[in-house]
Amino acid sequence: MIGAMEVASFEFTSVDVAFVGLAAASIATGYRVFRTDSMIRATFLLLASFLNVGAMMLLLAAPYMGVALMFMMTVEMVVMALFMLMFMMNPAGLNPMNMVHQPRMAAFGGVVGFAALAAVAVLGDYPDRPVDQAEDSIAALGEELLGDSMVIFETAGVTLLAAMVGAVALTSSQGRFGDGLEGSLPPTLRPGSENRPEDDLYDPNEGGMDHGAMDHGAMDHGAMDHGAMDHGAMSEGEMDHGAMDHGASADHDAGEHR
Amino acid sequence: MSLTVVLLTVAALVGVGLWGALSQQSIVMVMMGIELMINGVLLAIVGFWALATDGEPTGQLLAVVALAVMAVEITVGFALVTAVYRARQADMTEGLTSLKR
Repeated sequence: MIGAMEVASFEFTSVDVAFVGLAAASIATGYRVFRTDSMIRATFLLLASFLNVGAMMLLLAAPYMGVALMFMMTVEMVVMALFMLMFMMNPAGLNPMNMVHQPRMAAFGGVVGFAALAAVAVLGDYPDRPVDQAEDSIAALGEELLGDSMVIFETAGVTLLAAMVGAVALTSSQGRFGDGLEGSLPPTLRPGSENRPEDDLYDPNEGGMDHGAMDHGAMDHGAMDHGAMDHGAMSEGEMDHGAMDHGASADHDAGEHR
Repeated sequence: MSLTVVLLTVAALVGVGLWGALSQQSIVMVMMGIELMINGVLLAIVGFWALATDGEPTGQLLAVVALAVMAVEITVGFALVTAVYRARQADMTEGLTSLKR
């Protein structure tokens, strides 16, 4: 055993160096995630951290987990970048921002968490039974997943299905008893505006009715109109007569307007 | 590489993730902190599997389950962000006060 350890320490030197380098990179990029102004950059720094951890798993003779993590996280972080673009106020980091709260308590919590786990890592007594590198760990995992532990594997699948159903239920605006947003405030159309969409001049339904009325008007006064100008005239009419909505009067107004 | 090095890396990843999740105001950034912690957990599982269990296949099975937990976290997290944003125009934890008092 001791002889094997000595041989191992000689053989694994380059792997050890690579492992420590990847570990340092994963921690550094993980730290930078919360230190950059740009949300998009934070997302891709987190992806870099995941890719480093995936590479460490490859070095730990777990190619399936390493590659699965890399693929999964690449897709996940791209989706996260899209969410950053949609929701965040500073996705590109054009303005320096510091969106943190309770920074001291958080730093204290992080340091205490690290210290506790590091103590467990250093002081713990663990068996030294490394995996046989020559063994096909992927085949063993496959047999485990679809053999004795199939129920566990399937439970993970059903859990994912439940998460998908939950996500759709949470994001759907239709609730069981009608509109899920009943009683909540809809967004304003312009930043800083007090106007809610229903107060705003533009209403897609109203516009549609105007459009119809205008068409009708155009037909009534077909002889006077230039066909090609109809559309421009209509949108002008829409703007001028934003409030009008009854077919008959609209016809009349449209006629006068023209 | 020894298990101690792996576990020290795990400790650092979890510590950084905890710091991020506690300090960030943006809900998506809090999710990033949680992701970083689960990342560390995954590495710990694979480290134990590779260096302390003689390649026991159930160790990798546990890692697969942790990977599923990660997917569930991100799915439900994004759904919550969308729902909260739709109802409150908030993407910050400070915008959510209805459970206070």
